[in-house]
Amino acid sequence: MIEAWLFALLQTLLFVAGAPLLLGWIKRVKCHMQNRAAPTLFQPYRDIGKLLRKHTVLAENASWLFRATPYVVFSATILAASIVPLIALELPTAAIADAIVMVGFLALARFFLALAGLDIGTAFGGMGSSREMMIGALAEPVLLMTVFTVSMSASTTNLSEAMGFTLSSGLVLRPSFLFAAFALMLVAVAETGRVPIDNPATHLELTMVHEAMILEYTGRHLALIEWASQIKVMVYMTLIANLFLPIGIATDFTAPELLKGAVAIAAKLALLGVVLVVWETVMAKMRVFRVPPYLGFAFLLSLLGALTHVVLETGG
Amino acid sequence: LSPIAAAYLALASALASAIVSLAADRFPFLLRFASFALLGVSGVAAVVAGVSVLVPGIQLSAELPLGLPWLQWHLRLDALSGFFLAVVGLLVFTAALYGPGYVRSYVHARNRQSLAALGTFTGLFILGMFLVVLADDAFVFMVAWELMSVASYFLVAHQHQHAANRRAAFLYLLMAHVAGIAILLGFSVLAGFGGDFAFARMRAAELSPTWASIAFALAFFGFGMKAGMVPVHAWLPEAHPVAPSHISALMSGVMLKVALYGLIRFVYDLLGELHWEWGLAMLLIGATSALLGVLYALVRNNLKRLLAYSSIENVGIILSALGLSVIFTGTGHTALGVLGLIAALYHILGHALFKGLLFFGAGAIAHSSHEYDLNNMGGLIRRMPQTALFMLIGSLAIAGVPPLTGFVSEWLTFQVALQAPRLESGVLRALIPVTAAMLALAAALAAATFVKVFGIAFLGQPRTRQARHAHEVDLGMRAAMGLLALGCVLFGVLQNVVIGAIDSVPQMLISQAPAGAAGQSFLWLTPISSKVASYSAPLVFVAILAIAGLSFLFLHTRRTTTRRGYPWECGYGQVNARMQYTATAFSQPIQRIFAPVWDLKEDIDEKRHPSQPQIVASIRYQVQANDKSWTRLYEPIGTLVLAGARRIGLIQTGSIHTYLAYSFFTLLFLLWVVT
Repeated sequence: MIEAWLFALLQTLLFVAGAPLLLGWIKRVKCHMQNRAAPTLFQPYRDIGKLLRKHTVLAENASWLFRATPYVVFSATILAASIVPLIALELPTAAIADAIVMVGFLALARFFLALAGLDIGTAFGGMGSSREMMIGALAEPVLLMTVFTVSMSASTTNLSEAMGFTLSSGLVLRPSFLFAAFALMLVAVAETGRVPIDNPATHLELTMVHEAMILEYTGRHLALIEWASQIKVMVYMTLIANLFLPIGIATDFTAPELLKGAVAIAAKLALLGVVLVVWETVMAKMRVFRVPPYLGFAFLLSLLGALTHVVLETGG
Repeated sequence: LSPIAAAYLALASALASAIVSLAADRFPFLLRFASFALLGVSGVAAVVAGVSVLVPGIQLSAELPLGLPWLQWHLRLDALSGFFLAVVGLLVFTAALYGPGYVRSYVHARNRQSLAALGTFTGLFILGMFLVVLADDAFVFMVAWELMSVASYFLVAHQHQHAANRRAAFLYLLMAHVAGIAILLGFSVLAGFGGDFAFARMRAAELSPTWASIAFALAFFGFGMKAGMVPVHAWLPEAHPVAPSHISALMSGVMLKVALYGLIRFVYDLLGELHWEWGLAMLLIGATSALLGVLYALVRNNLKRLLAYSSIENVGIILSALGLSVIFTGTGHTALGVLGLIAALYHILGHALFKGLLFFGAGAIAHSSHEYDLNNMGGLIRRMPQTALFMLIGSLAIAGVPPLTGFVSEWLTFQVALQAPRLESGVLRALIPVTAAMLALAAALAAATFVKVFGIAFLGQPRTRQARHAHEVDLGMRAAMGLLALGCVLFGVLQNVVIGAIDSVPQMLISQAPAGAAGQSFLWLTPISSKVASYSAPLVFVAILAIAGLSFLFLHTRRTTTRRGYPWECGYGQVNARMQYTATAFSQPIQRIFAPVWDLKEDIDEKRHPSQPQIVASIRYQVQANDKSWTRLYEPIGTLVLAGARRIGLIQTGSIHTYLAYSFFTLLFLLWVVT
């Protein structure tokens, strides 16, 4: 019992510590693919370390909310990560909060980020907040619907149990899962601010969404927010990997099982990173008002997934 | 103090408050001190009476020697009325704390309206709400219902110097009476079968499925109209915002709940057997109300009107949960039916808390800056720090983020909806996920709406002089908001305590042992089984605080300094308040996506530079997003009624001879009928 909780803590720390590495990997692969010189795998760690060492500059009229937001965002994102099984199932923390609550944690983080964007009273911050809430308002239902589809099949919203269900039922082709997986991928791209919805590497304020919201952050505050968004990328990728293809995940806490689980998830995340890079390389960034049809399509897919489940897959 | 004595005390002090206020025009201090103090007593007594009967199996009846000679007033205090009595009492108590500070501006106003009217009708309004909840026969119920409606009409019309307010109040009175007629007809169906107005006889009546459905339809229309369901909601956002803010809080926070009480009492208690078709109707209308309500709320810039529209959304969520409960109970899955009812009651409690809080906050802003329009606010977090904190908690709770109140009930509703595959009917299995998707969209849009409310009103830079010179409100008003904010946190975190308390209501109505929703300890909420879903708000709360605290401690011990500087303005010089995003701009993207929902009137006025026409010198954007139900539903019916009235008016000639002839022929006709 105690060791399970300790393991859950350890796995959460792995999320926190591993997320920059995943982003480093994505950046590196992307550079190679676009014929650019690549930074080292550990560049994101260096960036975070640099930001943590820097002094913090606040806008003159920043309120307490602006200073509190990075901590709220960071802890809400870590909580979301703590309930997603990474290496092993039977996660005791998965009982604290289920998949719906995980969506709630991400909504909490977004709520505070959007408020922080409005706090200084610059045009960019407001623009970023407004657009982020638009994307969020359309993306969150998609995420919930994919969660609903999976949990109706597995008859549980507990992520650990749901992954256990997919693992134990083997490689059965479920049409509803196909729809749900595709919808989740589309929404993951939108929610983590990647091309074609948002460009994390842009230098033009007018094309920014996430970056415009956090334009006024510096130093340790910025480090926390960047770190949190890296964890969010890893959470989404792990969800896609383990919910729909949980092969290799450890089912108990013995050393060989855990090793197998670690290797499996590392391989899956690396592969998903490559998929993301290819997607980002072949797509061009969309205009803001092309985003709603994109997310509407994802919403339709997730709804189709749920309907396919209730119509085709449950005996009537 | 026995529960029934406490309930009498609540009624008596509300009445006393109304009577004392009669002299308030001459002695204004009576309104601010005596009247609100009595309301406070009334609220506390109601909470005591309500909470003490939240035990399974308790039913206390009483008869008042009032009313008609052959029909005494029957009162009854059971778990259901106890729950609602406690919710109403809680908000009445906080309103009594809030009121004295808030009405000061009414006392010192230059063209002051009657304070006696304000105080008396407030007392009568609250008395009416308590009586509706306690009534045990249709006669008392309707008398109390009318007392509540008419008294609140005078409160809506309190500032009647504005024509718009008079119009809103008239519309409100009209709609309240259309609803009242439907409810009366619903009761008549039951009384026809039961043979008496007493609820006890109605319960015993055996209705055929057709008559039961007719009674349900009448009651659903009547109570739903009063609760503000789409499409008969248009009176609500007109009437609620124009009342004084503490009354708006009571109207949106609890009067809508009293209407829902009527619906629950009628459907679960009086009608007898539940049919799942009713649940489907409630679910579909509820989900539509939730989605349309929040979309309408999102584009409003008048804070109180926005909050009123958001009430429609929340009533929609509650109706959806009730609908799910009826569907599952009607198809034999009573345990899930119980869960749906718990979700609905939880949201009723939560919405009373946070909507009361938000209306109090809107009143506080109006009190200190005289502003209602979000576009004229800004930067209030620096001028009103405590109000800002309370409003932030309220906004988070209504946006439904963990671990606050709004989230638990939404989570429970989703859990019930996810059990749809258990149903046999394919239509239901397919429709329930669709409505769940609508609710999910509504929840996400609610978050956007309240980011707009808090972000535009409290953050950024002040947009007007009034906002720049706003001041923090007095202790009583802050205490009222603080109490409700504390309630939003506590009732969200201590989920199992709340569920344990309201568990007795479904036990009384659906007669089922507790569903085991509240787990073994106070930590775990496991509505169906621990394998299916679990949520522990206390642990989430502790974990968020712990992680945020640890990262703060860890990072703050480092040797870095914090200094202030200019925000980034692209190198153009100072940032000013006009450069900020406005409320209109904030909601514009979503308004553009869902454009067909409103009657949009957009107007762009572009002025070109006189010598260089390629340069835009100034640009002005105006938008009106009107409620479609006006043009599609209300106006056609209104014209129809007027046309009909004109036709009937033809028989009025104004000549005494014609009228005498009418009387004569009527008499003849009646004689013919009798013989």
